[in-house]
Amino acid sequence: MTSDFKSKESSEESSETVPTFSEKIPPDFKLEEGSRVAVIGGGPSGSFFAYFLLNMAERVGLDLYIDIFETRDFNSTGPPGCNMCGGIISETLVQTLATEGIELPHTVVQRGVDSYFLHMDVGSVRIETPLHEMRIAAVYRGGGPKRNRDQEWGSFDGYLLKLALYKGAQRVDDRVVGVSWSEGRPEIETRGGTVRSYDLVAVAVGVNSPTLKLFQDLNLGYKPPETTKTYICEYFLGRDEVGHNLGSSMHTFLLDIPRLEFAAIVPKGNYATVCMLGYKIDKEFVQSFLKNPAVKKNFPQDWDPATAACQCSPRMNVSAAIQPFGDRIVFLGDSGVSRLYKDGIGAAYRTAKAAARTALFEGVSSEDFKNHFWPTCKSLKNDNSIGKLIFLIVGLLQKIKLARRAILRMVSKEQKKEGKNRRMSAVLWDMFTGSAPYKEVFFRTLHPFFLTNLLWNFAVELWPFKKSVSIEEEL
Amino acid sequence: MKTGVLGKVYNDGEVIVRQGETGDCMFEILEGTVEVLREKDGHEVSLAVLSKGDFFGEMAIFEREVRSATVRALGEVRAITIDKRTLLRRISADPSLAFRIVEKMANRIRELDVEIERLKAMR
Repeated sequence: MTSDFKSKESSEESSETVPTFSEKIPPDFKLEEGSRVAVIGGGPSGSFFAYFLLNMAERVGLDLYIDIFETRDFNSTGPPGCNMCGGIISETLVQTLATEGIELPHTVVQRGVDSYFLHMDVGSVRIETPLHEMRIAAVYRGGGPKRNRDQEWGSFDGYLLKLALYKGAQRVDDRVVGVSWSEGRPEIETRGGTVRSYDLVAVAVGVNSPTLKLFQDLNLGYKPPETTKTYICEYFLGRDEVGHNLGSSMHTFLLDIPRLEFAAIVPKGNYATVCMLGYKIDKEFVQSFLKNPAVKKNFPQDWDPATAACQCSPRMNVSAAIQPFGDRIVFLGDSGVSRLYKDGIGAAYRTAKAAARTALFEGVSSEDFKNHFWPTCKSLKNDNSIGKLIFLIVGLLQKIKLARRAILRMVSKEQKKEGKNRRMSAVLWDMFTGSAPYKEVFFRTLHPFFLTNLLWNFAVELWPFKKSVSIEEEL
Repeated sequence: MKTGVLGKVYNDGEVIVRQGETGDCMFEILEGTVEVLREKDGHEVSLAVLSKGDFFGEMAIFEREVRSATVRALGEVRAITIDKRTLLRRISADPSLAFRIVEKMANRIRELDVEIERLKAMR
């Protein structure tokens, strides 16, 4: 396939007349009227890809046939319908989707989030958005925890899939069991015995799916991302208790617990979702976190950490895939490149849309994806390198009590003032919510005003006769 | 009580955007209806009524002028703001994000053309 493409290109290069841009692309590698596209996986990256490809095709007056291969029923509760993640739609993604005309209805958003709490052993502080607006969405990817009987809310993934189907994609409720090449085109074989050839295959399965292995065996040069284990559990508290204990805030933790990288509690409908990231997560690690006083105080007094309604240990990307594209094939979302620890759905949106733009306006050859899709992936990948540095620094601060106190003092004072100069609050907000690129967060910490203010708060914390600031806040 | 709502609620008659003020965001209506008004010499002229799925305040994203009109809630309205910086950064990375904005603005020009034709016919 690749050699076929190259031979056509080299023959054009040797011709005397200079070819135009469109002539350089063999027509074979363009999506045309009636082209067939297979999307493997109906999670967010697959649904976004199908939705935007059909949306843009409609704008240019092109009819495409898109099959989305998905066997899960997203209305099912527990693991069968779930894509296993914390279920946070970042502020940036909520705004971007609103601009795209994709509204997240109250039947999908379990809770709108307008603030977050930063909990440390030295105190807690609430950080709000300047406009006091619900800008973050807490959702369930599937039908919610095991035996969940809420009829009020539906699945986020199910909602996106419906949008793609409404645009004109077809759902194929059959498992993909084989991928091969025939006459230069990928062929998808299903458990039901169907074999069909496509002009483009978009792989949108997560890193937890065994289907990904089928594509590793194709000798495309593709290598899936490295992953780490996370831990997610759900506690039934009831809507009133969720509101009373957690409010409309995401709760994040900077605690000096060995191996803990990041932890959060997210309020959702009748449940609270606890997410943990760290090294070698085991039962002991989970219990040491859940029994920490800074964590327990966010739950009702009679709460028992052993009563989780649902729990899982999914794998999460910590590096980018190598060569997530080839001729007529592209890897989206988690199977390609995602964001480090945060905003995985935002990364799914960005990679899916970049792939859809490339496929429609540029072509579906490896070269097209390299030139027009990979830059989006590369920008995420480079940003993750800075993210790793930031998390390393945060890990060090977690271990220094004086640093934790200085951060808390700085944020507490900022939150009492109106205005935009809430530098530490903005840095923590963007870092914990995934609202801005890590690069932007990092450069903001190098601002002289930020550094001077932080050093001043360090100095105040060292001063033995300092005035204490009120740092505990009520919901 | 609905807990899963996004954006901010504005009460009936509440001014969401005031003519002459500087702005650094646009608004997408998630629920309800708003009236767009132009104020001159103490008089108000109603320019348009917008509802769910419409946006307003987009001129602040692309130019540095003050708000050209006042937008007031007609009944209870829920709207979400879209920050200028966030949107311009996203459009810079993905120009196709502006397709819908351009499409809506083109629709408004089309409607204005019809209105100009109607006013000229009245003279």
